[in-house]
Amino acid sequence: MKKTPLYEKHVALNAKIIDFGGWAMPVQYTNVIDEHKTTRNAATLFDICHMGEIEVRGPQASDLLQFALTRNLQKQEIGQIKLSALLTDDGGIIDDLTVYKLAQDYYMLVTNASTCARDWERINALHKAKGFDCTLENISDNTGKLDLQGPCAQEILSRLTHYDLNSLAYYHFVELKVSGQPAIISRSGYTGEDGFEIYSPAAIIGNVWDRIMKEGVNFGLKPAGLGARDTLRLEAGMLLNGQDITESVSPLEVPYSWLVDFDKEFAGAAALRALKLSGIKKKMVGLEMTGRGIARHGYKVFHQDKEIGIVTSGTFAPTLNKAIGLAFVDVQYSAPDTGISIAVRDSRSAAKIVKIPFYKRLKAED
Amino acid sequence: MSKQNPTDRRYSRDHEWTKDEGAGMVLIGITDYAQEMLTDIVFVELPEIGKKVAKGESMAVVESVKSVSDIYAPVSGEVIAINSKLEEDPALINQDAFGEGWIVRMRVSDTAELASLIDAATYDLLISEEKH
Repeated sequence: MKKTPLYEKHVALNAKIIDFGGWAMPVQYTNVIDEHKTTRNAATLFDICHMGEIEVRGPQASDLLQFALTRNLQKQEIGQIKLSALLTDDGGIIDDLTVYKLAQDYYMLVTNASTCARDWERINALHKAKGFDCTLENISDNTGKLDLQGPCAQEILSRLTHYDLNSLAYYHFVELKVSGQPAIISRSGYTGEDGFEIYSPAAIIGNVWDRIMKEGVNFGLKPAGLGARDTLRLEAGMLLNGQDITESVSPLEVPYSWLVDFDKEFAGAAALRALKLSGIKKKMVGLEMTGRGIARHGYKVFHQDKEIGIVTSGTFAPTLNKAIGLAFVDVQYSAPDTGISIAVRDSRSAAKIVKIPFYKRLKAED
Repeated sequence: MSKQNPTDRRYSRDHEWTKDEGAGMVLIGITDYAQEMLTDIVFVELPEIGKKVAKGESMAVVESVKSVSDIYAPVSGEVIAINSKLEEDPALINQDAFGEGWIVRMRVSDTAELASLIDAATYDLLISEEKH
């Protein structure tokens, strides 16, 4: 298994380590519910070094990304992040990734860990086919990444930098020094809370981790593992690549239609246009258990006696104190409040379709 | 740290405990080590009273946030009572696996099966090996 630069710290913290797509990652340090609630109420720090980073530089860097990705990046400003999708020619999702615009001719793509190699291969193939004037570099091994998430995240991070984090808007980033080390900091994350994603060279990411852990003590900061990351993202209605979305899923079938701009040409566009015309057959919905039990990945979904779909993610949601999930269902049964049932082992448990997200934090400015 | 494994019980290698209550009745639960491995238990599916189970057969399901685990019958018998408190408060198993967190009471069909279970000292050894 591959190890992140922080592996020894996790072992020292007594974390339970699992194999996550070939990476030895901490799934929990104490327990998932505690780490989940600490993220909602204070702050937690996640080792996300396993995720991939790809740099795209050159005069036609933006042309390549405009062609490779579904989102229209024309109006993207330097310092802004855009979530986008990378598709197969059949219109299936290879990855949902974020695009950091560092300069007019310089971008960083942040990919899922499990898809980074596939993304790299796909973007290079598109690059080669189109002959755009730019270069690609996979900087994943040299790049460390931490997610600092929760209502206290800003106060903690502000102790490590002179930069006024108040001026950093959601889905924007800044290049600066954290604790004297070069870093990119974005206000973003995968938990539904306010927080930051921090990128620093892999060689020094351990120092950044230590500094944040030290400064966070007085704010109740704790390390959190992939277990809490999964329950947090699910409550926030965020999709997990490899579980909710695969290459056989179209962005039009999941809450990613907004990532697709049909006014431009991009790889996979023809297939998406055809699907749009014929109409989608299955759709991703949120579900909430009203009966006993917890829906889990792979459980079947029924409407009365008819099998109508399959659960892609399901868990007990610690903040909401109930069982929730995501499922693909036949599109005619996808309206909120539709009564469904989930095959839990040898019986059926009642559930209903609900809107995504399940959880939305209260913002001071709202 | 796990709590001491009580010496008045016998254990299965699947981390269930049985407590002989006499007259062919046993109380069954999972060990403190097992709950510690599972961590935050959020759902317990209990069998119906009267259900007959064979040794090694799944008789209940315990779910943590991340996992779904079968609880296997350590001995064959008939379910006489279930701890219905667990339906409202599954975390009782985390808090008190050897006490308030018991799962079922069974009438054992063959008391000789109890002898095939291991004692506390052997179970201590088993989990210390698993930990290393």
